[in-house]
Amino acid sequence: MILTINGERREFADGATLADLVAATLPTDRGVAVAVDGEVAPRGTWAGLALRDGQAIELLTAVQGG
Amino acid sequence: MSDELVVAGEKVGSRLILGTGGAPSMQVIDEVIAASGTSLCTVSMRRVDPSTTGSVLDVLAHHGVRVLPNTAGCRTAREAVLTAQLAREALETDWVKLEVVADDDTLLPDAVELLDAAERLVADGFKVFPYTNDDPILARRLQRVGCVAVMPLGAPIGSGLGILNPHNIELIVAEAEVPVVLDAGVGTASDAALAMELGCDAVLLASAVTRAQQPALMAAAMASAVAAGRLARRAGRIPKREHARASSPTTGMAVL
Repeated sequence: MILTINGERREFADGATLADLVAATLPTDRGVAVAVDGEVAPRGTWAGLALRDGQAIELLTAVQGG
Repeated sequence: MSDELVVAGEKVGSRLILGTGGAPSMQVIDEVIAASGTSLCTVSMRRVDPSTTGSVLDVLAHHGVRVLPNTAGCRTAREAVLTAQLAREALETDWVKLEVVADDDTLLPDAVELLDAAERLVADGFKVFPYTNDDPILARRLQRVGCVAVMPLGAPIGSGLGILNPHNIELIVAEAEVPVVLDAGVGTASDAALAMELGCDAVLLASAVTRAQQPALMAAAMASAVAAGRLARRAGRIPKREHARASSPTTGMAVL
């Protein structure tokens, strides 16, 4: 399936969960929050959240800011 | 004598809140936090960049500084609410500096979207610190919907123009039942001192320190200014007079 991750299209195995995606994409999930199609995906739901083709995932963290 | 900032029933500590934006490096953030003695720093939520090493959160944790995520860059209530919810997930805090600005040129708050977002976030259990215009009526409305502080601007973000409407800041302070934080516009130490003299409970600034020629030195200056302004406010300044009033005795004068 094709997912859009932080604005970039990427191929992922069918059946991958959000937890799989986070583990494959980031060195750490500490301080990270995820939105799927514009909705917050709480950390506790990642392992059970099966992704579907075409979904947009935003992976955010804290950076310097006023 | 303890004179610490308290917000939403929680002791914050320092009355100087520092934004971490604009600093050229993590090293500078580390230095300005140390020099400022701040207890609370803002951060922004952005896409993860896996190539980045070192997190601002590590620097804040090292200093034992509490984190206040902001919603900088949001233009609508919907975006701001979602950003706040993501920040709560990522940082495990229900405190949020709510920013909903209208455009890039002014970065001025969009009052309609701001109030809408504040109401929704309060209903969702957030402790909302809204960055707002220097408008006493909007500040009143933000308090009524349950914000735990109000943060009027002195001047537009990053402008360093100081406090353009001190009278309005005084009006906001006069009727505030929550802490008033002067947020944005501070250019140099006297601006921060004036904010405190006008009765603000704290000052939030970033660029004035992070973009100063010597950031750590300016951070120390801001800490002194906030402390001095706070003391002066508590001490009670003399009223301004149209004419002079002698401070030396006017009786017992020799006839010369």
